[in-house]
Amino acid sequence: MRTTIPIIVAFLAGTLLIVSFFFHPETIWIGDAKEVILQWMTIVGGFALVLGVVSIVRVNARAVQRKSEGWFYKLMTVISVFAMAIPAMMPVTKESVGGSIFYSIFPDSWMGYLGTGSNSFYDWLFNYVDAPMMETMFAMLAFYIASAAYRAFRARNAEATLLLFTATLVMLWRVPMGEAFLRLFSDNLPGYINTYVMGGFNVAVQRGIIIGAALGAASMSLRIILGIERTYMGK
Amino acid sequence: MESFSFLEHFQIWLKAYLILSLFSFMYKDNKFYKLSEHVFAGLSAGYYVGLIWQTVIIQQLVNPMFDKGEWWLIFPGLLGLLMFARMIPKWSWISRTSLAFYMGSTAGIYLIQTLHGFILPQVLSTMVSLDPSNGFAATLLALIIVIGVISTLIYFYFSKEHTGFMGVTARVGIWFIMISFGAHFGYTVMGRISLLIGRVQFLVYDWGESIRQIF
Repeated sequence: MRTTIPIIVAFLAGTLLIVSFFFHPETIWIGDAKEVILQWMTIVGGFALVLGVVSIVRVNARAVQRKSEGWFYKLMTVISVFAMAIPAMMPVTKESVGGSIFYSIFPDSWMGYLGTGSNSFYDWLFNYVDAPMMETMFAMLAFYIASAAYRAFRARNAEATLLLFTATLVMLWRVPMGEAFLRLFSDNLPGYINTYVMGGFNVAVQRGIIIGAALGAASMSLRIILGIERTYMGK
Repeated sequence: MESFSFLEHFQIWLKAYLILSLFSFMYKDNKFYKLSEHVFAGLSAGYYVGLIWQTVIIQQLVNPMFDKGEWWLIFPGLLGLLMFARMIPKWSWISRTSLAFYMGSTAGIYLIQTLHGFILPQVLSTMVSLDPSNGFAATLLALIIVIGVISTLIYFYFSKEHTGFMGVTARVGIWFIMISFGAHFGYTVMGRISLLIGRVQFLVYDWGESIRQIF
């Protein structure tokens, strides 16, 4: 029962979605099933994400409680989760709209700081703490990518040379000074890079990879629906 | 430049501290970096909780149930709550049903989406005209795309040994892949450099101006 019921649920959910794709929602109820299941899926997925965060809090809180190595940093993680999530979860209306059980008990002057709207505390934390750190993390990759480039770009064979040559061309093409340098060879060179390298070679390979990955995803989906793939249940 | 308010100064100094503490990792791992890194992890997790709470739990579950009387939404709500059974080892098997529903419906969407949204349109776009009367440039581009897609697919096809015709085509595939990866690499590097320039500009202009105004 512990395995059979989940397999039946996965089969029914997957099959209903596929079948509903072939019917028009206005002519038969099954055509509408897609929208219903998608809504249900979003709700269940939302809970799954919250579960993930609860798990992060639990693991870190346990480490803080045991005063294990680096407990102070873990405490900061927990505080940050709550600092961001709790004000965002607060309702921002004073009235119970249409019988809703969630309405604010805080004074009107607090409303602007609660919820996820612009000028809320959540929004402020995102704009002035989270987003700058995200951008800095990505900016830092510029340095690491340089050291990776040194290893990858050593022209040891024909393939590595091709990689080096194309990357150099694209990097030059992406900056005005580099583009001016490319124009010394031919006025059309930047246009050729755009058309043949980005729109030709790059598109062709991306297309090949997309087709391959999509076929893989389709076969994996079929395995899940048919109950062959059970690893998500820990089997 | 007009003078900053106290809040603006605070925001600029906070951002500058975070940027410098993260950049300090390039010298070596240190306490400032660790603190910022853990705060970043926590805030990112909290960000999604806030987002999901407002856009999914409230807007798609609670409000329709209580405001519009869509009582049947109690079922996905219960399925979602069952996910939390994972936290109790003895009862963790209960969460499998919710997980199975999510996996099954995701698989259903993927199957349709990949076939209908990816494979067919991509194959269709690859079936381009190789008619030389379209002009040299168009024919060359069409040839690059057709040969590139086929050779890339063959390179990633491991069910048959890459010898003979398959081997030669796979070899061509590697060259195409190298050119594409090179182009991607160049593009990514320039994107990261652009972000780095943005950070440095902030430190030099905004933070610099704040320092000038304070001191």
